[in-house]
Amino acid sequence: MNSTKEFIKELSEKYGKERKSLMPILQKIVERNSYLSVDAMREVAQILDISAAEVYGTASFFSFLDTQARGKYKIRVCKSITCDMKGKSEILKTIENILKIKVGETSKEGKFSLLETNCLGWCHKGPAMLINDEVYTELTPEKIRNVLSEYIRERK
Amino acid sequence: MTNNNITLTIDGTTVTVEKGTSVLDAAKKVDIKIPTLCHHEDLCVAGNCRVCVVEEIGKKTLTASCATPATEGMNILTSSPKVRRARKDVMALLVSEHNTQCTTCYRNRNCELQTLASEYNVDNNIYLSVLKDSTIDKSSWSIEKDDSKCIRCQRCVRTCAEIQHVNALSVTEKGRDMRVSTFMHFPLNEIVCTNCGQCIIHCPTGALTERRYYDDIWEAIDNPEKHVVINTAPSVRVALGEMLGYEPGKIVTGKMVTALKKIGFDSVLDTDFTADLTIMEEGSELLDRLKRALVDKEQVALPMITSCSPGWVKFIEHMYPEHLEHLSSCKSPQQMFGAVVKTYYAEKKGIDPKNIVCVAGMPCAAKKYEANRPEMRDSGYQDVDAGLTTREIGHMIKQSGLKFEDLEDGEFDSHMGVSTGAGVIFGATGGVMEAALRTAYFIITGRPVPFKNLNILPVRGLESIKEATVKLENCLPEYKFLEGVELKVAIAHGLTNARVIMDQIVDGKSPYHFIEIMACPGGCIGGGGQPIPTTDEVRKKRMDAIYEEDMGKPIRMSHENPNIAQIYKEFLEKPLGEKSHHLLHTKYRKRKRY
Amino acid sequence: MNTNINKLEYIFSKDCDDNQVLAKALSFSNDEVIEELIKSGLRGRGGAGFPAGLKWKFTATQPGDEKYIICNADEGEPGTFKDREILTQVPKKVLNGMALCAYGTGIKKGYIYLRGEYKYLVSHLQKNIDEFHEEIKKYGIDFNIDIFLGSGAYVCGEETALIESMEGKRGEPRNKPPYPNTVGYLGKPTIVNNVETFASTMIVFRLGAENYKKLGTQDQHGSKLFSISGDSPKEGVHEIELGMSVEDFVREFGDGDTKAVQVGGVSGFCIPRKGFKNAIIGEGNPTGGSTMIFNSSRSMYNVLHNFLDFFAEESCGQCTPCRVGCQQLLKGIEAVKSGEKPKEYLDQLIKLSKTMQITSKCGLGQSVTNSFTSIVENFREEMIY
Repeated sequence: MNSTKEFIKELSEKYGKERKSLMPILQKIVERNSYLSVDAMREVAQILDISAAEVYGTASFFSFLDTQARGKYKIRVCKSITCDMKGKSEILKTIENILKIKVGETSKEGKFSLLETNCLGWCHKGPAMLINDEVYTELTPEKIRNVLSEYIRERK
Repeated sequence: MTNNNITLTIDGTTVTVEKGTSVLDAAKKVDIKIPTLCHHEDLCVAGNCRVCVVEEIGKKTLTASCATPATEGMNILTSSPKVRRARKDVMALLVSEHNTQCTTCYRNRNCELQTLASEYNVDNNIYLSVLKDSTIDKSSWSIEKDDSKCIRCQRCVRTCAEIQHVNALSVTEKGRDMRVSTFMHFPLNEIVCTNCGQCIIHCPTGALTERRYYDDIWEAIDNPEKHVVINTAPSVRVALGEMLGYEPGKIVTGKMVTALKKIGFDSVLDTDFTADLTIMEEGSELLDRLKRALVDKEQVALPMITSCSPGWVKFIEHMYPEHLEHLSSCKSPQQMFGAVVKTYYAEKKGIDPKNIVCVAGMPCAAKKYEANRPEMRDSGYQDVDAGLTTREIGHMIKQSGLKFEDLEDGEFDSHMGVSTGAGVIFGATGGVMEAALRTAYFIITGRPVPFKNLNILPVRGLESIKEATVKLENCLPEYKFLEGVELKVAIAHGLTNARVIMDQIVDGKSPYHFIEIMACPGGCIGGGGQPIPTTDEVRKKRMDAIYEEDMGKPIRMSHENPNIAQIYKEFLEKPLGEKSHHLLHTKYRKRKRY
Repeated sequence: MNTNINKLEYIFSKDCDDNQVLAKALSFSNDEVIEELIKSGLRGRGGAGFPAGLKWKFTATQPGDEKYIICNADEGEPGTFKDREILTQVPKKVLNGMALCAYGTGIKKGYIYLRGEYKYLVSHLQKNIDEFHEEIKKYGIDFNIDIFLGSGAYVCGEETALIESMEGKRGEPRNKPPYPNTVGYLGKPTIVNNVETFASTMIVFRLGAENYKKLGTQDQHGSKLFSISGDSPKEGVHEIELGMSVEDFVREFGDGDTKAVQVGGVSGFCIPRKGFKNAIIGEGNPTGGSTMIFNSSRSMYNVLHNFLDFFAEESCGQCTPCRVGCQQLLKGIEAVKSGEKPKEYLDQLIKLSKTMQITSKCGLGQSVTNSFTSIVENFREEMIY
């Protein structure tokens, strides 16, 4: 894999070096590196000719543009009311027990981060969660165990 | 009446304004004051504090008057019960998010939130406190940032973006976590910041203030072993009055000198003296560069750009590190002062320089940082021990209990106390250029510059970038190489304008020989250390006072200053000489842009 | 007035050839397309309910060639998922609706602003867009659509915030005026319409404006998708003719023990049992189509707490009433619940929410009072210590 710096250069060639390219560029970096590092944000700032603070200001506005180190798999459990009504808390507890991390934390080996998120748009099939871009709905503790065991088994 | 006009009714009064005028400005026209917080006339409209809401008849929601253009037939109420209640509620919300320990706030009694909350009789306890935990960032030599006082109006953010094009500050996060911060919340000394302090004078509250050193100065004054010298910059004397009950534009030079002496400074000197010295050195440097370019056909960096403004210097170091050779190598007047106080002055007075505390009274926040630059120790000591802002000096005078308005006019001490009108006008944008042209023209031609009363009007005023051309004719024999040359100069103030100038240089399209750049709008009279508020109206008044002071000076060209002749004779020998080079000139460093 | 549930099947209709509808619409002149749409009375389906045809007309008449069409698929209102279903099942209807807009207004560039939560839909959508680009060549329409992906910010559903984020900035709503139809994306005139709005334009041209207008109520014409969730055996997306009473709605979709219905998402109103009879869905409440059903086992304090926590987090934070107000309402109901503040404090908070309604910069802060007031007033006993 080439360096993040080269990767950002490629992205800027693909999306352009204007401010309007900022979101797609940041999205692709997060997709590749799980989060936006200090160096990555500085690099983007330089290429788009804006300040690093402006990059951070935009990134930190959006829940999915993580500026803190995250695991390879980001689990985002929906906390909206209907998912809550259908047992979100139990789902969270189950995940916390399996991965031994609390909401907001990343597992030691850097594989999983557990987060809560606002409405995922699956209110009729709650509780719902995302693992990266993948949607999982109508969760039960049993289903969680099955899903997670697949991710856990998968080698890096 | 053309179609470009709009007529509306505000509180029953009919008012006609130009199309595009905001409701707020339309109200101003008929002397109706609408309270504001996020609004600042220097900046673009934000419309986010919502304190300026007014009632537009026929609309359910209220209208933010600063962000709403007047439309034909609009009927506005600016103080209806609905408006007053809503405003009061919005202010109460801001207060609930605010650290309301006003008693110990540096901006106490000069705080826009405090004033409004008091006017509207806001109950501090009506809502629960939602003040977030935060620590005060004191990492910078120049600026302190206290988030507990921030009302998130974003004036600082817009200042840093629009006036300075530095964008060191940004809004970060969202919702309840939204705040004004830096890249990754890094401390101010770790980010790209020019220390100009424009954020401070645009802050409505105490969230951004200068780092204050006057307690240390009191201590030095109290210490009998220390000889405490203060030099005050030209723009301090035309603004200090605002701290002490005068209207903007009042010249208080004499009272200021008396007050500083009474406070206990051992010597009160005039930075204008080193402004004159700067002209001698910088003028010589320019002539030297021109000669090397025109006669010796050397590759010399032209245009040459002034280096008096430490905010500007740090800006170019960060933003254009490959073009530092355009900067004059001259130190700023403040730093020249420090270097000669701890050498020449110490020698003349017979004082061990280690016991001298050199204080600079400045209109500036960046001067505090400049004093602490590691390069600035050519006297063998830290040349300038501390920079105080005009505001801090105002506070010291108040603290001392002196009745400022009753003080007799005092005189600056001799040796480095005599100055010229040329030194005084350093305080306004275009001033350094005008002073330089007065002297350079004289040196080159032996005649005064061909402008009535030496007033070079094209370089004056608040226009963003000014230009002038001076044709050099009938030059003295040693400057024959300049015969017929049209000396092209430019002046920029505010770093956004500086960027325009620099981009021309980067593109190789700069038509100029000499450029003056000041970091702050209006130059030093609008500096980050000046009294708050600073607006264009205030800037103009301070500027007028500067030129008034200039006209009142018996000597108006730097090279005619007898103290200058004396220091060259007794100590420095000649401009650009070895000693000058050692004490009065400096080097710059390339810094990271990100 | 039609008070019975009238289920319809237009949007998800499988027996209708959308390309045929588009071809039919394109037999109108550009102006006629817009006029037909105005005649139909179709209002935006995102929530604010601005007449779609007028929006097109305003934008079409703006000077300049560079203009944009944006399909707002940033469906973030909790309880809403109908746009996701449309994009999943009948994406061509949306794309054709956009093509119609392009034809009517002469705009050449379109974007679908897809919320980050729906990123999994990108490949499916892109495939449809690619086919669509081929198909519209046949009709001689010079129009191209790109997907722009959001990154998790509810407020970007507000059209100016959406535009700001597309420009690489924080998704903060702009001051209005100017509206996007004069100053939009990159400063150019821009039409922003919801997914369902574009899809609905195809129904207008399938039925004809006259017939379309006959559906629904006096001020809400046509059919509407409802995202139904909560305590309901029939959760999911349902297409219903506008104008039914909440009572009928609950009878059809409730679980027999319905205590309250939240109409219009967290920005909408909570209708308690006693109000079912007189409340008409689509009248006086937002048109986003979210309906969440709560039965008697649910704590309305928890519901409100969840909503307020959402607002406090998703407010963009720029304007005072919304940023601080949301925090105050949340903290306030906690204080009343814990006994730290007397129950009268709820009245103070209702007043505050009214201030937020009239002073906030955008619809987010302005609509918090809807759920706040309707829940606190109707379920006051559940709010107190």
